[in-house]
Amino acid sequence: MLDPVTLAVLQGRLEQIADEMDALLFRGAFNPIIAEAHDAAHGLYDAATGATLVQGKSGLPIFVGAMAFAVKAVIDRAAKVGGPSPGDVFVFNDAYEGGTHLSDFKLVRPFFRDGRLFCWLASVGHWHDVGGAVPGNYNPSATECFQEGFLVPPLRLVEGGRLRREIVELLAANSRLPIAVEGDLEAQLAALELGERRLHELLDEYGTATVEAAFGELRRRAADLVRAHIRELPDGSWSCTDVLDGDGIDDDPIPITLTLTVRGDRLGFDFTGTAPACKGPLNISRATTIAGCYVALKHVFREVPANAGVLEPIDFTIPEHSILDARPPRPVGGYTETVLRLVDLVFRTLAMAAPERSNGCAYGTINALSVSGHRPDGRRWVMFTFFGGGHGGHPLGDGLDHGNAPISTATIPPVEILEAAYPVMFTQWALRPDSGGPGRHRGGLGAIYELELLAEEAEVFLFGDRGRSGPPGVAGGGPGAPTRFKVLRADGRVEPAQRSKLTGIRIRRGDRLRLETPGGGGWGDPRERAPAAIERDLALGYATEAGAAREVRA
Amino acid sequence: MSGGWTVGVDVGGTFTDFVFLDERSGRVETAKVPSTRGREAVGFLEGLDAAAGRSRSIAAIVHGTTVGTNAVLERKVAPTGVLTTRGFRDVLEMRRRDRPWTWGLWGTFTPIVPRDRRLEVGERTLASGEIREPIAPEEVAAAARRLLELGCRAVAIVFVNAYANPTNERRAAEIVRALWPEPAFVTASHEILPEIREFERTSTTVLNACLQPVVGSYLEVLERELGRRGVRAPLSIVQSNGGLASAADARLRPVHTILSGPAAGVVAAVRIAEAAGFRDLVTCDMGGTSFDVALVRDGAPTLAAQTALDFGLVVRAPMIEIATIGAGGGSIARVDAGGILQVGPESAGAVPGPACYAAGGDRPTVTDANLLLGRIDPDRPIGGKLRRLDVEAAREAIGRWVGRPLGLDPLDAAEAILAVANARMAGAIRLVSIERGHDPKRLVAVPYGGGGALHVGALVREVGLEAALVPRFPGVTSALGCVLADWRYDQVRTLDRPLTQLDLDAFDAAVVELVEQGREWLARARASLERTRFVLEADMLYQGQTHTVAVPLSSELELVNGRTGLDRDRLHAAFEAAYRAAFGRPLAGVPVRLLNLRLASIGERPRLDPAILAPGPDASIERAARGGRPVRFDGRWLETRVFDRLALPVGATIPGPAVLEQPDATVLVEPGMVATVDRFGNLLIRRGGDA
Repeated sequence: MLDPVTLAVLQGRLEQIADEMDALLFRGAFNPIIAEAHDAAHGLYDAATGATLVQGKSGLPIFVGAMAFAVKAVIDRAAKVGGPSPGDVFVFNDAYEGGTHLSDFKLVRPFFRDGRLFCWLASVGHWHDVGGAVPGNYNPSATECFQEGFLVPPLRLVEGGRLRREIVELLAANSRLPIAVEGDLEAQLAALELGERRLHELLDEYGTATVEAAFGELRRRAADLVRAHIRELPDGSWSCTDVLDGDGIDDDPIPITLTLTVRGDRLGFDFTGTAPACKGPLNISRATTIAGCYVALKHVFREVPANAGVLEPIDFTIPEHSILDARPPRPVGGYTETVLRLVDLVFRTLAMAAPERSNGCAYGTINALSVSGHRPDGRRWVMFTFFGGGHGGHPLGDGLDHGNAPISTATIPPVEILEAAYPVMFTQWALRPDSGGPGRHRGGLGAIYELELLAEEAEVFLFGDRGRSGPPGVAGGGPGAPTRFKVLRADGRVEPAQRSKLTGIRIRRGDRLRLETPGGGGWGDPRERAPAAIERDLALGYATEAGAAREVRA
Repeated sequence: MSGGWTVGVDVGGTFTDFVFLDERSGRVETAKVPSTRGREAVGFLEGLDAAAGRSRSIAAIVHGTTVGTNAVLERKVAPTGVLTTRGFRDVLEMRRRDRPWTWGLWGTFTPIVPRDRRLEVGERTLASGEIREPIAPEEVAAAARRLLELGCRAVAIVFVNAYANPTNERRAAEIVRALWPEPAFVTASHEILPEIREFERTSTTVLNACLQPVVGSYLEVLERELGRRGVRAPLSIVQSNGGLASAADARLRPVHTILSGPAAGVVAAVRIAEAAGFRDLVTCDMGGTSFDVALVRDGAPTLAAQTALDFGLVVRAPMIEIATIGAGGGSIARVDAGGILQVGPESAGAVPGPACYAAGGDRPTVTDANLLLGRIDPDRPIGGKLRRLDVEAAREAIGRWVGRPLGLDPLDAAEAILAVANARMAGAIRLVSIERGHDPKRLVAVPYGGGGALHVGALVREVGLEAALVPRFPGVTSALGCVLADWRYDQVRTLDRPLTQLDLDAFDAAVVELVEQGREWLARARASLERTRFVLEADMLYQGQTHTVAVPLSSELELVNGRTGLDRDRLHAAFEAAYRAAFGRPLAGVPVRLLNLRLASIGERPRLDPAILAPGPDASIERAARGGRPVRFDGRWLETRVFDRLALPVGATIPGPAVLEQPDATVLVEPGMVATVDRFGNLLIRRGGDA
């Protein structure tokens, strides 16, 4: 039994190793998706099972749950090729085994101590371009993963300390941005080396047996903490269904159903009733499904440490070959939309069990917008950005206006950086009145982004969701406003509101694009909203009389 | 420096600290009085009055203040309006699309200027600098009048792309200033931060505007009251960058004083350590609620480009980079639901304070643990506010909240609290040192604040630092920094050009203009300066990246016939060197871009001989000895000698375990460590010596 002081100290020291790896990659990565949006993560994983032992605090939330699957995939692979050796590093991006999508490259390194495999270190980062049909790899019309990028199964990238250059060249040759591939790969390798060094130092200081005991103890305590939280929930079963707008190929709603069951100190997530795998890129692997639920739970039970113990008291039922159990070669590039819907369902079912623990749904889509064209000298330009929206109302107050997606911590680029880099001019960058879902605490506001094309012509892609219905409220709260996207032609024509997945729209100089993003869902009965809060919303223009009238009619 | 006292004054949350320095006689005196939160000028003046004899011959007053920071955090700023480009009034409220915490979606944000006081006017400048739509003067005037009707005292004018061409913004500012009542608290964004990124520029400009009336009236009261006392000495303020500015300049650009006090502390630590022969440091400021760490390399603190005072309250201005964690003397220890001991970030603050204050707080804190283990003398509390500390209350609180849940007796629980607190502080040091690639074995810790010197031995051990250097007056370090700091003016200019297309004439012209402005600024300070120098830096990046690297171009820029002598090759080489230092290797064949130019204009004051801080000839170990008491280390009570620290002579060597007491701090020399008094009166604590 480990003494409580050593355990508390080791918890911090181990997290710090992962944090340090995160920090090194954020600083050293070439591409802005890692460097600025922090779309990356690092951790330590169990030698035999790949289960998460320790994860950094600054990595991307969705990876926290998914990485264990990635490491397990490498363990299985290594077993087939003679087992891991000291100084090896494996690389892969297979989303079916490792979760998320092809843009996320996982580097996994065995850690040996006294001649024995002690644990695994892993690094994951979102690469800028991994081939496929469209730059940046968000392809709303993909029907197979091959249109989304190249697929790499777990390969031994470094063999006994020797980097296999030919693999690096193969990866670089398949990207539109080979320099970014090499830069990011180097930085991830450096992060793993740093982790290796730090862990050895820690083991020198505390002894292998002590640290190993701490792994077990931290896992047990995380599980205990989650069980304690579950016991506070009433026993019972709650069901909810939500839909995705459509898969980008067919414009039919795609239902996802979650039944949450609480029995004593166990929690069941049952997705029976969910749609089968779809043609378009909204499929997610089983690993991603579990990771999505984990993210939602971490948002509710925030202080639970990030290790495999969190999942111990939880049972998953995920229908085979459903949209939540994608198999190759189903396209998976739009995984964010499906995961965000899972997060919404967890919030909603938990709110049914315990309204005081949960919150209204957040805006529920990343709204990836790509505007691209050619400069006068023929060079291609691509403006590719995710947009924000409102968070849900919650027991403490109204939802946050213009937040980032629950699965991410990325910030939005400034207007001035976008205008300096691309031939566009934003004409509006504003909060969207009346977009917060009604409630005792209303949802946070979404945003209106409107831009005008300053070049001769350009092509537009939009990959979003929540166009069919806004983010639901909980505990009696109403939904936020849904996504609206319009093309305002220079000659005054307005192309009518379309849904959320669009490809190949051509625009010309003077045409404008207008994206209105969802607000968050409300929390609690709107009739219980404080009159002062209603007055303030009207006075400050967060809500309008017209909007309020629409609500009454609805 | 002319005759008379130079006075350094740091107004902190709990205490207002004074350092009086008379260079001619070599006398240094210190004082500490309780702060008067909300009426900071009162504490300042009362402290000065208490030193009545000295106030007649004051030559200069240098001030570190948190008046601005407190006003922002407590939202007690002047009603302020924003005038901005049509379509953009929500920039301030939308931030950069973020949230306060990674985990948990229960955040809220209230902008410092409410939405109805943010007005839009028709105008537009493009990123190229081309003016697409000029302002309509009557519309701007009407909007300004509307803000006055709404009760605004200050106004921020922020137009999109004003960094690229400030013409529209400048014209609007002229119109608003012409009709705004005096004093015209008007800040235009290109005046305070002519740098790309509209949210950061808006937030900085708005904070500057809303602080002008607050800091202005505070300084006005100070100057008036000083005048009434016959003090005619100039008043200057320490800025967040660690350099001085005149009171008049601080009124104009109060946002640059946001980290005034903490920055002054780092400046003092740097100077003290430099004199003692150390140039690579971690400064460790431990107060009641927080532990602040800064890294110093080769005698210069690391500067950060921006900070957030709170969620969404971003200030972009060069400032000494200080990492803060919630671990101070008042940090509360608790056992979480998973059975793991946690210390901080919750703090008992000054009120009710630790359990041993017996002022209503029953939660155990770091101070309670130090007391119970004998490290603090219950009869000599720091700062002299309380007469006695209650050991039994500390024991009871530690036993109840930590001992019982963990199955430990209160003494073991107290040691556990210190171990966890020390581990957290060690983590903060690792974060700024090891994590940035600096070998801790070559770093010296400089502890100050009320608690730094109690914990520094443990930090030296845990992080593997070379040594600790405890300044002679650790409790008034920030005030000392006030009398040591140089003058400094930071400017930025966005160029945003690929290196291959950089117009070198325009580049040089921009530098020349910045240097001229810097020179004028220093001249306006009318301070006695030993020399001036200009430090030129660029923010550069590879095409396709968005994160920049700070590239040092010259630490002592000399212009020859209006030319910098820099060309594309030298800029490229400087970038590659900086990139290599940061990330290991440069990338071959990728085009390079120059985003911003940065110039620091520094006016160096005459260097103070730090030997004047040294103990006098009458100091001796015998006179310093105060007997001994048992102190608990690693589960054992060791008889520990106690000394009056200030009475120890130069060269005195004190092996641990020992406790060195002084009015503003307590120094703990752990078993296995040894402390030596250097010729400036600092204590150098190293490993080695009797166990």
